[in-house]
Parts: sequence; structure tokens; C-alpha cells
Amino acid sequence: MKAKESLKKTDFSLTDVISIYDFSKADILSVLKRAKEIEAMTEEKKSKLLEGKTVASMFFEPSTRTRLSFETAIQNLGGKVIGFSDARVTSAKKGESFSDTIKVMSNYADILVMRHPLSGTARLAAEVSSKPVLNGGDGPNQHPTQTLLDLYTIQKFVGKLENLKIGFVGDLKYGRTVHSLAAALTHFNACQHYISPPSLKMPKHIKEEVEEKCKIKETEELEKFIPEVDVLYMTRIQKERFPDELEYNKVKDAYVLTKAMLKNAKKEMKVMHPLPRVNEIATDVDETEHAIYFQQTASGIPVREALLDILSRVKK
Amino acid sequence: MNKKEVIKKLQKRVTPIGNGTAIDHIQPGLGLRIVEILGLDPKHAAAIALNTESRKMKRKDLILMENRFLNEDELNKIKLLAKNATVNTIKNYKVVKKETLGLPEKAEGILKCINPICITNHEEIKTKFSIKKNPLKAKCFYCETTMSENEIKRYIKK
Ligand SMILES: [Zn+2]
Repeated sequence: MKAKESLKKTDFSLTDVISIYDFSKADILSVLKRAKEIEAMTEEKKSKLLEGKTVASMFFEPSTRTRLSFETAIQNLGGKVIGFSDARVTSAKKGESFSDTIKVMSNYADILVMRHPLSGTARLAAEVSSKPVLNGGDGPNQHPTQTLLDLYTIQKFVGKLENLKIGFVGDLKYGRTVHSLAAALTHFNACQHYISPPSLKMPKHIKEEVEEKCKIKETEELEKFIPEVDVLYMTRIQKERFPDELEYNKVKDAYVLTKAMLKNAKKEMKVMHPLPRVNEIATDVDETEHAIYFQQTASGIPVREALLDILSRVKK
Repeated sequence: MNKKEVIKKLQKRVTPIGNGTAIDHIQPGLGLRIVEILGLDPKHAAAIALNTESRKMKRKDLILMENRFLNEDELNKIKLLAKNATVNTIKNYKVVKKETLGLPEKAEGILKCINPICITNHEEIKTKFSIKKNPLKAKCFYCETTMSENEIKRYIKK
């Protein structure tokens, strides 16, 4: 019966997980549904899902957080991990082309999980690999598992994905996390508020894309929108993004969320953050019912488990 | 003066083209860029008319190339650069094929990605872009960077 269940077809239409832009609404929902199912399973049942399967974990650049999350997920599902955590120790530095490394690894593994400093590597890997590829970040381009875990967290803790009012706060110009989430939420009729200093506004091409399907508002003031939103998605404002320190000092404190600022928030409003944070959320917010950023990080495990489970059944 | 007369006149003035290609109705200023992209064959003649009078578009550039025929990649490059151009294939002093270009549906192997950290700029692979019209945009299949019309024009491969 277990075998039958694990062979059952899903609504998932993709053969690789490369970019959130490849996902239809049905694809997203099928991943979230599977994550929920897996999260409810016993350890024992879970550990059968990748039984006898090998997953290559290929980190061409180090990213301990993402790698541990993937490798924990693989082990929870009973899969075997092979791979490397730093390209410096692999053939990649000896001049072997990226395509060749991928082709070789796809002979050894059933699924390839990868992270690479160059953009477009995950798409190329999917093209040359005979096995499904799961993108754990290709340079500053895509990191689809982050977006899916954000959506899973919203669904789980806010209770809905449709017709959400969400405020994105901080660095909206360079943050790929917010770009991807904003795009993904267009499937769910979200009303989006972009709250940032003028120099770190949401890029025009993202706004145009979102605006085709969703209402958006832009502002520089954080407090004004707090009572309106269901979710406040905070991001880090990095000093390196500013031409000078004065400019940075002017804005850095304007986007720090404190407990006091939450007094007019909706009772069920949730505060998210992709972590790590520096000072953009005061620690006194942690103790409130609004804070879900630690649960958000933890959602990475069931979501990555769901993707691995789904990809293990994909025929390429 | 109509186009044929212009061509005839140019042919007389510079070199008669019995066989070859005439690229006409090029937006003024793009003629030299097209020549640069196509390259000149040292064994054969070519004539380039810049900012010449045109009935249809007031001013235009025009290129005549003897014994030179364009392949699909070259045609697509010109489409990206000068979508309103007309390409005439001349054989035995007759225009045997006349093609009004328009934009290509996609661009494969003819455009370089503007993103310096795109894998296509680090490994020998054919670039691929999807093309959006009005305004012209090209999106890299690999790194998902979108290039504007001006960027596209600067990044067409030679
Ligand atoms: Zn690219």
C-alpha cells in the first residue's frame, strides 16, 4: 500500500526544479500539499520515501545552511547522499567543464541537488542531465526552494494563500527572495505593499509583472501599512548597497521592526524573514505571536522533502 | 527615385552585382554595424550607402554585397538589429528573393548575454533567448536576465 501511494501521480508537471517562473499554480499547490503530508508522517514511514535512492548534493560554492537543510531532508527520507560541499576540492577546479561534471554525476545519482555561483547553471544542468535537477541557488538568479518554503509557511501559519495582503520591507532591489515570492504570489491574487528606501525600490520589471495580476502599493513608511497587512516580509538592508555611510545611516533605522510598532497590527498578522537577520527585527518581536521566522526556516525541511520525493518519481 | 533605381544607380556607381545580397531599408546609422557583424569578404566587392534618400523612410542605409548570401543566423542577427530591413537575394542580375524581415521568434547562438556571471559567458554553450516584441526584449534562457532593445543591439555576436 505504501508503494502504491508513493507511485501515485501528482499534479506536478515539471521534470526539474530550476526557477519559480516554471511553476504553475497547480505545481506550487502540489508541492505544498505533499510537504504537508510528509510533515504529518511518522519517521519510519518518511524514511521509506527515498529508500534505495542516491541524491547528489553538489555545492560548487559553500552554503552550509542550504546544504544542511537538503542533506537532512535526504537522510530523513532514507536516501543516500553523495557529493561535495566546495568546488575547490572537485574536478571543477581542475578544468573539467560544468556540463561534464553534471553528466558524470547523473550516472551516479537519482536526483541532483546543486548550488553554483554562476547564474543559469541550474538550467544548463537540467538540459544535460538525464536525472532531475533541484536548484539550491544559481548565483543571484533563482532559489526556488526558498520561495516554496515561504509559501508553505504562509499557508501553514496565516491559514491562506489567496487574497493575501503582504508587505515587503527593506531591500527590495537586490533581494531575489522577495522578487521570487512577489512573482509566485501573483498566482494567488495577493495585494502587495512595497516598503523601502527610494534607492532600494522593487525593480520596475518585477512591478510590471506583478501589476498585471495583483494590486501593488509603494511607500517609504513602514508603520503606516502595518495595520493593513496579513504578512510583513522583512529583509536585510546591506551596508554594501549604499554609496556612502551617511546614506545608509539615514535609512537603516527606518526599517527596523520593533514590538511597539506592532500594537496596531491585526492579531493574526505574521512577520517573516528569510534569515539571517542583523538588526532589522528587534529581538522583542521574537516573543510575540506575530513572529514566525524561525518556523519559516524550519519549513525548509518538509518542503525540500516534498520536492525530493516528487522528483524521485519523475521520468525525464 | 524608387528603390530599384537606387540600387541600379548604386550598382552603376560602385560595382554591378550580378550575384549577391542587397540589404535595403536599414534604419540610418545601423548600416555599418550590420557590415561589422556580417564581416567583409576581401575577395569580393561590397558597397555601403549611408543615410541615403528613401521614398519610404526619408533616409536609410543600404548594403550591397557581391557573391555573399546570408545564412539563417545572419538573417536573424539583422532581424534583431534592423527589423524593418529588406533582404534581396540577387542572382544573374535579378532579384530572386525578397524578404521583409520583422523580428525573430527566438535568438539562438546569435546574441551574447549581458550578465557577466551568466554560465553562457563562462562555458562554451550556445546562447538561447526568448524574444518579446513591443518593446523589443530578449530573455536569457539560462540566467533569466532580460535585455533591452539597446542592449540587444550592442550584444549581437559577430
Ligand atoms: Zn544569461
